[in-house]
Amino acid sequence: MNGLPNTIVKLMVKNHPGAMSHITGLFSRRGFNLEGILCAPVDGGAQSAMYLLVRNDERLEQIVKQLRKLYDVKSVVVQDDLDHTVFNRMERLLSEAEAAV
Amino acid sequence: MQFNGASLLIELLKRQGIGIVAGIPGGANLPLYDALGRSDLRHILVRHEQAGGFLAQGMARSTGNAAACFATSGPGAVNLLTAIADAKLDSVPMVAVTGQVSSGLIGTDAFQEVDTYGMSIPVTKHNFLVRTAAELVEVVPEAFRLALSGRQGPVLIDLPKDVQVARIDIDRMPAPGSADPAPDPDGAVLASMARMIAAAERPLLYVGGGVVASGAEEEVRALSVMCGIPVVCTLMGLGIMSPEDPLHLGMIGMHGSRATNFAVDRADLLIALGVRFDDRATGSVAGFAPRARVIHMDIDEAEIGKIRRPDISAVCDVKRALKRLNRLVARTAREQWLAEIDALRKEHPVPVPADEAHPWTLLNRLARFTPESSIVTVDVGQHQMWAAQAWPVRRTRRFLTSGGLGTMGFALPAAMGAALAHPHETVLVLTGDGSFLINIQELATIAENNLDIKICVFNNGHLGLVRQQQELFYGGRYVASRFDSRPDFAAIARGFGIPGCSIRIPHDEGILARALSTKGPVVLDIEVPETENVYPMVPPGKSNVEAISSNRGNA
Repeated sequence: MNGLPNTIVKLMVKNHPGAMSHITGLFSRRGFNLEGILCAPVDGGAQSAMYLLVRNDERLEQIVKQLRKLYDVKSVVVQDDLDHTVFNRMERLLSEAEAAV
Repeated sequence: MQFNGASLLIELLKRQGIGIVAGIPGGANLPLYDALGRSDLRHILVRHEQAGGFLAQGMARSTGNAAACFATSGPGAVNLLTAIADAKLDSVPMVAVTGQVSSGLIGTDAFQEVDTYGMSIPVTKHNFLVRTAAELVEVVPEAFRLALSGRQGPVLIDLPKDVQVARIDIDRMPAPGSADPAPDPDGAVLASMARMIAAAERPLLYVGGGVVASGAEEEVRALSVMCGIPVVCTLMGLGIMSPEDPLHLGMIGMHGSRATNFAVDRADLLIALGVRFDDRATGSVAGFAPRARVIHMDIDEAEIGKIRRPDISAVCDVKRALKRLNRLVARTAREQWLAEIDALRKEHPVPVPADEAHPWTLLNRLARFTPESSIVTVDVGQHQMWAAQAWPVRRTRRFLTSGGLGTMGFALPAAMGAALAHPHETVLVLTGDGSFLINIQELATIAENNLDIKICVFNNGHLGLVRQQQELFYGGRYVASRFDSRPDFAAIARGFGIPGCSIRIPHDEGILARALSTKGPVVLDIEVPETENVYPMVPPGKSNVEAISSNRGNA
């Protein structure tokens, strides 16, 4: 992807229409890289589980701290153990998208 | 109790202790104004929404309480954003309520519709788009709780018009929102900090806006005296130490005195309290306090290690932490370090301006004719830095200025808020001819409410700090920094119904004294030298010890 090792940040987020803007807006405003997002409703739609694929570099600590300050973000966990499989499962979809470009 | 959304919002604001709201009505917040008109809430009609935001800031900054302001949808909300962003960067607690087009019209490019929610995300602590009147019972206390908790800041509530008119029956009103208790630092961490302080030979306290927000100035002074630790402050930290205190070294950074910046350079321990290592304070980060270990206390976890990695840190309320830390440290004289500081001060004295018309001299005169308890609001530019260097700031919350965002136009409307919150104090505006024009329409608001504000315009016919940088760093190529049109501010003031007078060089003390001691608003258009520069100045990208003292480099 970019030569740098990535890691996954898992968020539990209050599910409402503006929550996604708050999170993606944080990444663009602070110049953090965001390589991929997976998001799905859980808890009967009251919350969303979000998986963010980010670079595992010296800015990760600041990313986590800034995410924790967001009102809609209920928890932030860096999941080194996830091995990106959650994103790899999307490979088939992505290759279809690739073919369509 | 029967309400509509608008009257419920007004009732909830009153329960938060809000007595004054600034704003401008428009199509999408008319129900709100209808409810306001039926209440005993006082409304100040400003002439630009940005000024409403700054008025609220003036109240919040001078009292420490959260303040509120109103704007309509579309242009009203967009005009307000600058003041909200300003509050974010200086951590000022305020709640902005914007009208929005009716829910059914959202997303249709309706008249005066903008995505206020989306546009305010990056400049607020948090924002709410209210979907039902019932939500207000949660949203309003929550907005105030957020504005006041932890690192304070602005919160926006966007309120569609249909929600304002929706009927609702409320059985029980919610408790007002208030600040969450701040975390206390770990006892072992405080003990380690005390040991670091005891072991340090050249410790320095570096204090800023967080100390003001926490109300910890007494504790800072106590620690400083007890352990012989000199204090440097940021622009936001002016007033924590008395200007006469021998342990107070003044403001650090881009326009800090040379002795102060050299003291930071020599320090072996920096005790950073309620500061964020802002670039205007640190200069080149690599060259900032290069010999020092760092203790960092802040209420915002994200500030710890953001710019400079501390050796030890605590996320806490500074006041409560210092109360405990002060019991753990031993009384120390530190004569050698204080002698070294004195030697630095003798080696790099603050120059006495030769020119009678120098802004420092003018500031000293103005200070002499102004009561000590006065609130001073300061705009942005050269006059701001001269005031930060020379104005005797004796208390916190008495020197209000736009530090983080550096918003020209701040001072006049902020002064209105300060005057409304402190009707028995003198309020002085220090502004420049550039900054004054940015919110000059507020003279109408000042006249209408007969606010006792003394407006001193440092008039050099330039965007002075731009001109200065073009002189020093752009080969004297002056572009768009000189005003060819020089408005007669005294005549303009009279046009608004406010006395005005022009004061030329040499400044007549009698006129200054008379104007400042006469009750009611006044505009003093005061000529200052056109090409005077603010010194010292750290060139962009350089470290603080590389400050230049004249246009020929180091004098």
